[in-house]
Amino acid sequence: MVNLTIDTLPAAVPDGTSLLQAARGVGIEIPTLCYLEGINRIGACRVCVVEVEGLDRLVAACNTPAENGMKILTNSPRVRRCRKVNVDLLLSRHDCQCVVCVRSGSCGLQDLANDLGLYERVYKNETIRNEWDKTFPLHRNMSKCIQCMRCIQVCDNIQNLHVWDLINFGSHIDVDVSRNMRIHESPCSLCGQCITHCPVGALTARDDTERVYAALADPGITTVVQVAPAVRSAWAESLGLDMDKTSPGKMAAALRRIGFDYVFDTDFGADVTIMEEGMEFIERVIKTNEPAGLPMFTSCCPGWVRFLKSRYPDMVECLSSAKSPQQIFGAVAKTWFAGLRKIDPAKMFVVSVMPCVAKKHECALPGMDSTGAGSDVDVVLTTREFTRMLRSDHVNVKDLPDEPFDMPLGDASGAGVIFGATGGVMEAALRTVYCVVTGKKPPTADAFRKVRGMEGWKSAEFDIEGRAVRVAVASGLGNATALVEAIRKGEAQYDFVEVMACPGGCAGGGGQPIAPGREPAMERGERLFNLDAQAPVRYSHENAAVIRLYGEYLEKPLSHRAHELLHYDHHTWTMPHR
Amino acid sequence: MDIFNINPLQLHSFLCPGADTDAGRHADAYEMPANEGVNVLNRLHLSKETAAQAAIDDVLRDVERRLFVSPFGCCHVNLVASILKMCHSQSCGKCVPCRIGLSQLSNILDKILYGVSSMDDLKLLEKTAVSIYESADCAIGYGTADTVLRGLRNFRDDYVNHVNSGKCSPDEGGSVPCVNRCPAHVDIPGYIALVEAGRYADAVRLIRKDNPFPAACGLICEHPCETRCRRNILDVGLNIRGLKRFAVENSGSVPAHACAPRTGKRVAVAGGGPAGLSAAYFLALMGHDVRVYEKRKFLGGMLRYGIPSYRLPSESLQWDIDAILATGRIEVKTDADVGGDISIDSLRSEFDALFIAIGAHTEKRLGIEGENLRGVMSAVQLLRGLGSREMPDFHGKRVIVVGGGNVAMDAARSSVRLGADNVVIAYRRRQNDMTALPEEIEGAVADGCELMTMRAPLRIEGGGQDDLTALWVKPQLTGPVEYGRPKPLDADKPPERIPCDILILAVGQDIEAENFVKFGMKAKRNELQSGPDTGVEGMPGVFAGGDCATGPASAIRAIEAGKVAAANIDRYLGFDHKISVDIDIPAPRISNKRPWGRVNMQERGASERSGDFDLMEFGMSLEEAKQEAGRCLRCDKFGYGAFKGGRIAQW
Repeated sequence: MVNLTIDTLPAAVPDGTSLLQAARGVGIEIPTLCYLEGINRIGACRVCVVEVEGLDRLVAACNTPAENGMKILTNSPRVRRCRKVNVDLLLSRHDCQCVVCVRSGSCGLQDLANDLGLYERVYKNETIRNEWDKTFPLHRNMSKCIQCMRCIQVCDNIQNLHVWDLINFGSHIDVDVSRNMRIHESPCSLCGQCITHCPVGALTARDDTERVYAALADPGITTVVQVAPAVRSAWAESLGLDMDKTSPGKMAAALRRIGFDYVFDTDFGADVTIMEEGMEFIERVIKTNEPAGLPMFTSCCPGWVRFLKSRYPDMVECLSSAKSPQQIFGAVAKTWFAGLRKIDPAKMFVVSVMPCVAKKHECALPGMDSTGAGSDVDVVLTTREFTRMLRSDHVNVKDLPDEPFDMPLGDASGAGVIFGATGGVMEAALRTVYCVVTGKKPPTADAFRKVRGMEGWKSAEFDIEGRAVRVAVASGLGNATALVEAIRKGEAQYDFVEVMACPGGCAGGGGQPIAPGREPAMERGERLFNLDAQAPVRYSHENAAVIRLYGEYLEKPLSHRAHELLHYDHHTWTMPHR
Repeated sequence: MDIFNINPLQLHSFLCPGADTDAGRHADAYEMPANEGVNVLNRLHLSKETAAQAAIDDVLRDVERRLFVSPFGCCHVNLVASILKMCHSQSCGKCVPCRIGLSQLSNILDKILYGVSSMDDLKLLEKTAVSIYESADCAIGYGTADTVLRGLRNFRDDYVNHVNSGKCSPDEGGSVPCVNRCPAHVDIPGYIALVEAGRYADAVRLIRKDNPFPAACGLICEHPCETRCRRNILDVGLNIRGLKRFAVENSGSVPAHACAPRTGKRVAVAGGGPAGLSAAYFLALMGHDVRVYEKRKFLGGMLRYGIPSYRLPSESLQWDIDAILATGRIEVKTDADVGGDISIDSLRSEFDALFIAIGAHTEKRLGIEGENLRGVMSAVQLLRGLGSREMPDFHGKRVIVVGGGNVAMDAARSSVRLGADNVVIAYRRRQNDMTALPEEIEGAVADGCELMTMRAPLRIEGGGQDDLTALWVKPQLTGPVEYGRPKPLDADKPPERIPCDILILAVGQDIEAENFVKFGMKAKRNELQSGPDTGVEGMPGVFAGGDCATGPASAIRAIEAGKVAAANIDRYLGFDHKISVDIDIPAPRISNKRPWGRVNMQERGASERSGDFDLMEFGMSLEEAKQEAGRCLRCDKFGYGAFKGGRIAQW
C-alpha cells in the first residue's frame, strides 16, 4: 500500500494506483479529457495535471503512479492556470461551432471548457480542414480533432486494425488514416468504435436522416422500419430515460410517432437467420462429422465480415452463407410481406435502425437486392440518428405509451433479442440446433449460457446427441485476431464460431448512443438477456411468424427460395488486402 | 503581456525571473547608456559582452544541443522550414535575395507543409533558392539557399510526396532515441532502470536479449545511443556505456537464456567474431544447432585480435563468449579456415543454412616505395600478434604510425606499451579530420604519442640490410571540402625525413573475399554483397554480414548483423521463433529533472597505464552509477513512449 495526501485528505491505495484513481478514491474528481480507462492513459491533453509538493513541474494524474509520502494539490493556482491554458490551446485548434455540431451535449471538450469557465478565447484559431469521401459511412473532420489519440488506441489495441495513426511530424503532426492511405483503401471494419470513443465531433457516422424524411414525406411510398435487438437496450439513454425501466413497446411507439407505416422488429429477422444458419451448421458441420475441419463462422456482423475479408481473405469460405438479420428482414419484407399486403416492392422503403455503422455499408452491397426492386434495405440509421430524429420531431418519449410492434414481422422470440449481445447468436443457434438434432428441447433455454460474458474470447463444448460440439465466441476484433490465429495455427479447434466486431457485441456497437467515460456494453447486454428471460417464446423455431413464413412462402430452411432470398455469396465483393 | 511587442530585455526578465536584478540594471543601461560610465566623447571603447548577448549565446547553445537530438525520421521539409526561419533571423536586411527571398522560401515551404501546394510550387522553390544562392551578397543568404537546395536534392521524394499527398512519408522510427539509434536496439532505458534499482543480473539478461556481448560493449562500444539522448536538451547525454559496464561488473555470473526445443536444423557460421557469435547465440536460443568455424586459435574476431587488452581485457571478452557457448547448442571449430581447408560448397550442402561473417582482417597497403622493408608492418598484424600474446619488444625503437583512425591510435598506444622510445602518429590531414574518437586521440597524446599532422607518406627509406631507416613525408595543405571533410593537397614545401626503426601502417583493412567470390558470391571493393536482410542474392540459405559485408565498422554493427541474420535464417528454415525475456522494468520515479553533470569515465594516470597492457579505464562507483542512472529521462515511459509503448518486448 502507498500512503499519500491529496488536497489535505489522506489516501491509502495499492501500489501502482494512478493519482487520478487515488483522488477518485477519496472523492476528489480530477478533470480529464484524453484519458479513457483501460484504453488511453497517455497524459496527452495535460488537463489532469496536478501539483506534487517538491516538484517544480506538474505531472499528469492519469498516468503517474502514487508514491509514498506524496502531497498532491489538484486545484492549486498553478494547476488551475495550466489546465485552463491547455484547454484554451486545444480550443485554438478546434472548430468551436458547437451549435452546429452533432456532438453538442455529449462533447468532452465542450463540457470541460464550460466547467473551467472558459468563456473567452485568447489564442488565434488555426484549424485544419481535410478532404473526406462523404459517401463513406465513417466521417472524419480534422478541424474538430483534438488529437487525444483515443481513436488510434482503440483501433490499435482493442480492434487490432491500425487504421488511424499520427501523420506528419513536429509542428504539422495530425491524426489521419495510417500510412497515408485513403479511408476506403484501409482495412477499416466500420465498427465505429473510434466514433463512440471520440470525445468530440471529429469522428462521426454518415447522416442519412434526410433520405428517410424524404421517404416519409412521399405519400406514394410505404415506409417500413425494422429495429435491431441492441437498439432497445440504449436508444433513450441520451433522452434521459432509465433504460432499465423502458420497454421495447415505448420504442415501437416512438418509431410510429416519427411516421413509419409499419414498425417491425429485426428480432424476427434474427429468428429466421437462426433457421437458415442453424440448419446450415447442421448440414456443414454436424452431418459431415469431420472434427478436423475448419469451423463455420457467423456472418451477421458486417464489421467482422469486412475484417475477415481484409485480414484473412482465404477464410471467407468459413462464413455462414446466411444473410444477417437486417438483410433477411429486408428480403422478406419486400417479398412475402409485400405480397401479403399487396404492396409494390418498388414503392416500399425499408429503413433499419441499427446500433452499427457497418450496416450502412452492408445494405448497399451488390447482390443485396433480392426482389429486383432496388435494395432490400434502403437506408440504415444508427441508434444515434434515430434519437436525433425523435429530438428533431419533439417527440416526448417520457410520456409515450407502450405499443406493440406490427405483425407479422414484429413477432420475435427471446432468442432473437439476445442477438444484440456477445454470445447471443451462438446461444440462439444452439437452442434450435439442439432441438432439431435431438428432436427434443434442452432441459432449459439457458442450457447454453456459458458463452455469455464480456471476456474477450470464450469457448465451450456441448454434447448434442453424443457429438461434442465445440464453440467459441469472441467480441472485439483484437480478440477475434487471437482466436483466428489460434485456429490457423491449429492450437484451437472449433465447430462453430461467433464473432462480433464491437466489444460486448452490438450492445456496445459503434452506432449506439455515446456514453462518455463509460463502457456500457455489459449493462446493455444484461438488459437484452433479461428481455429474453421474460419472453414467452425463447426458441427461434417456435416464433409463430417464422413458422408461418416457412409454411406459406419459403417451404423449409435452405430451400431453393430461401437460398435465393436469404443467402449470400461472400465472394461478390472484396476488401483491400495487404 | 504582448510578447511580440516587448523590449527584448523585458522579455529576458520575463523568461528568467531569477535574473531580475541584472536585467533591471541593464534595462536602464539600454535607455541611458551614459549612466554606465560610458563617455560618449571618447573615440573608442573596449567591446564588452552584454547580458543580452550572453542570453542570446545561451539560446544558441540550446539550439545547438536541440538540433543534435533531432529524432530519426523527423520530417526533412519541416526541419528545413524551421532552419530557414532561424537563418532568416540572422539576415542584416541589406540585400533583396536574403531579406525577401528567404521569407518567400519560407512561405512556399509552409504551403507544401500545409498540403496546399502543387508541383509548380516545388519548381518555384527551387528557382528562387537557386537565384538566392547565385545572387546573394554574403554567406547568410547564399549559405541558407544552399541548405534548402541540398535538402531538395537529397530528399526530393519527400518533397514530391508532400506535394502529391499533402502528407509526409510514413515514419518507421521508434519512440525512444537511444534504442532507435543503437543498431542492436538494446532496451537501454530498461537496463538503466534496472541498474538504478540494483538489479544488475536482470540488466545483463535484458541486454543479452538483443546483444550477447554486454561485457565487451560495456568497455569498447562506440555508443551511438548516447548521441541522440534526449538528455542533451537539458545538459548532456547519459553515460550509457559506463552504466552497461557497471551492470556487468556487478552482476555476478548470469546464466544464458534457455534455448527453445531442438528444431533439428543445423547452421554453419564462418567466423567467430561478434557478428558470427551473435548469430550463433540467437540461433541456438531459437533451437537450432550451430557450428562456428574460426580461422584463428581463439574466438572473438576483431574484439580479440584487433582491440588491445588495455581497452578490452581478454577475460571480459571471454565472459561474454562463455555465456554464448553455455547455450550448449554451439559447436566450435577453431583453426578452421572456411574457403581454405574447408570448402564453402561442403558447408552449404552439409548444413541447412550458412552465415558468413569472416570480418575484415587483412591490411590495405599504401603502394609506396619501401613497403617491404624489414621493420614495416601493418597495424592489423601488430594487434593480431598482441591478441595472440605475441609481444614484440620496441625498447630503444623509434616508431611511426601512419593513419588517423582508431586502429592507428590502438597501434600507437600499444607501441608505447611495448617500450618504444618515441611514437609519432603521421597523418595527412588535420587532427580534427581524424576519424578516431577524440578521446582516443587525446589518450594517445597523453600516453606520450606525438601527432605530426599534414604529412602524407611519400616513400620509405631503407638502410644497408633492407632495414628501415626513415619515412619521407610530403607536407600537405588543407584543401576544398569533399564528402564532408577537406581534401589534403601537396603543399609547396620540400619533403621531410622522419627517422624511424618501426613503421606501422594503419591505413585501412581489407577483406579476404577471393574464395567466396570463387564460390559464386559477388563482391564490390572486396565487400561481400548481401541485402539489408543479410541474405545473399541468388543463394537461398546463404547469409553474410558484419565487417566482411560492410567494410570495417563497429562491434555493435557486427552484433546487429548477427541478430538480423539469426532472425532471417530462422525464417528461412521455416520457423518464427521470437527472442524475448521476462523481466519487469521498474516504473520511473517522478522527480525534478534539473540539469546535472554527466559522470565521465576516469582512467589510470598516463604515466602508470602506458607501461602495461592492463585495463586503462576505471569503472563507475556505486554512487556514480546511481546518480548517472537517475539522470535517465525514461523516454520509454514519458512522451511518445507513454503513447506507443517504449519497449520492443520481442523480436
